[in-house]
Amino acid sequence: MKKRYGSIYTLPLGVWVTVFFVIPIAIVLVYAFLTKGAYGGVKLPFSLSAFEALFKNSFLIVSLRTLLIAFLSTLITILIALPVSYFLARTKNNTTLLLLVVIPFWVNFLIRIYAWIAILGSEGFINDILRNLGILAPGDSIQFLFNFWTVVIVHVYAFLPYAILPLFSTIEKFDFNLLEAARDLGATHTRSLWSVLLPNIKGGIVTAILFTFIPTLGSYAIPDLVGGTDTAMLGNLIAYNIKTANNWPLASSISLVLTLLTSIGLLVYFFMNRSHSPVALQEEIE
Amino acid sequence: MNKPRFSRWVYWGTVIFLFLPLLVLTFYSFNEAKSFTWQGFSLRWYLGLFAQWMSPESLQSFFIGVEPRELQQIVLRSQAIWGAVGNSVVIALGSASIATVIGTLAAIGLNWYEFPGKKYIQSVSFIPLLLPEIIIGVSLLIFFRSVLHMELGMGSILLAHTSFVLPFVIMIIMARLGEFDFSIIEAARDLGAKETDVLWKVIIPITMPGILSGFLTAVTLSLEDFVVTLFVQGSNSVTLPLFIFSAVKRGVPPEINALSVIIIVLTVILMFSVRNLLKYIVKSK
Repeated sequence: MKKRYGSIYTLPLGVWVTVFFVIPIAIVLVYAFLTKGAYGGVKLPFSLSAFEALFKNSFLIVSLRTLLIAFLSTLITILIALPVSYFLARTKNNTTLLLLVVIPFWVNFLIRIYAWIAILGSEGFINDILRNLGILAPGDSIQFLFNFWTVVIVHVYAFLPYAILPLFSTIEKFDFNLLEAARDLGATHTRSLWSVLLPNIKGGIVTAILFTFIPTLGSYAIPDLVGGTDTAMLGNLIAYNIKTANNWPLASSISLVLTLLTSIGLLVYFFMNRSHSPVALQEEIE
Repeated sequence: MNKPRFSRWVYWGTVIFLFLPLLVLTFYSFNEAKSFTWQGFSLRWYLGLFAQWMSPESLQSFFIGVEPRELQQIVLRSQAIWGAVGNSVVIALGSASIATVIGTLAAIGLNWYEFPGKKYIQSVSFIPLLLPEIIIGVSLLIFFRSVLHMELGMGSILLAHTSFVLPFVIMIIMARLGEFDFSIIEAARDLGAKETDVLWKVIIPITMPGILSGFLTAVTLSLEDFVVTLFVQGSNSVTLPLFIFSAVKRGVPPEINALSVIIIVLTVILMFSVRNLLKYIVKSK
């Protein structure tokens, strides 16, 4: 009797995920091996031409750039998020302080990116100030947008709370008496943080890395809006091939590369934290 | 004890970093000029948002010195913005409702029952959590176009949003079910309740806070989504994020600042009331 109810309760979900997750992803997998159709779409015969394009220099450069942007923005994010979460965890009555970090995160993603255009653009806030201070002549401007570092910084801005929340919840559970014990035994403050705190919050650090690295790998809107022609990432390449070049096989094969890169990240994660199921992940964010 | 001084500095620096862009937007939303060069305080762009409902005379009195053609543009943009808001709300409520129904049932099944195919559903359901959004968008676009031969628009966005909010809804409801004592259900059955009665009179009332917060999370995620929507949109289904995106690409109409500030304020109010509502419900149980 129990078995029957279980199947009935989960039947709608089972049908939904099969139709809308499994089949579409399987199709992408197949399309990567087909030939480009004339007006979008695909046709037979099976071919590896979409994969040959992946070995061209231009594609390799975009892939490496994507990895580099994801690596740098994750690194900066973690370096900021660690002291922030440490401070939050060591402060009593930290609800308001925590909210100050979370509130900007509630604001629509595109508005948060757009705000950086308002600050950095040639007609933006900084240029306005520089002109008013007389550092720039009226009508002159410095272009802070559309370069590599803007893309990195805006990624840090967009995903910082993703890193702070899991780190905070891990550091909060840490027994700070251990730090004092280390100090009593003669360790310096820095040494005690490095050798006692860090190893104990490894799980939180790995989660924080994953939460910033993976969304950055698949990023599309940030490089599109604040980046230039020489800062395109894999996401932009996929969108270009789907929407403009109508090359579905190539878009599919790039999607597979992106999925592969993501899966490697996930495998490393699950290998390092075997106890973490997706449900445990969610509890960690909350 | 040593006060964490260095981390305090980093914390406050980070808060400034997080808030500065939002404050700059707020500042410019009150700018009289169209550009980001400050010219004087004005509420005209807030009023401009509502231009479609204003009489030509009152419009002219708010926008003194603005050419008629420009005024017409303001009215058109106001119509486009509210159309986009309408689409976003319809899709968010629709997809959240479908996802909450499917998700609640599935969470109950996954939490308490063993059945064939459970492993499959468990592992496949969380795909959208693990893959980059753009992959979900591309795969659904290709699926809708080449398999279903579907006209892209509100329908395809609704299906896509329901799909990617589902895992979040299930996770939230399952977390709530985890605190639930199964013996209550057994007691209800022993006392002769039918399975539908158990569902409606026992499980759903107790799980209500979880169902509600799952639904609200789904609404927020749907309102917020840009990437998946970008791929599965049609020509008559512009949502608010899509409108903001194309506006920013075309060179930012000034109402966007005012609109952003309104959205920021509304979001903060909404999130605080949801927090308090959920606390209230949990307490009153």
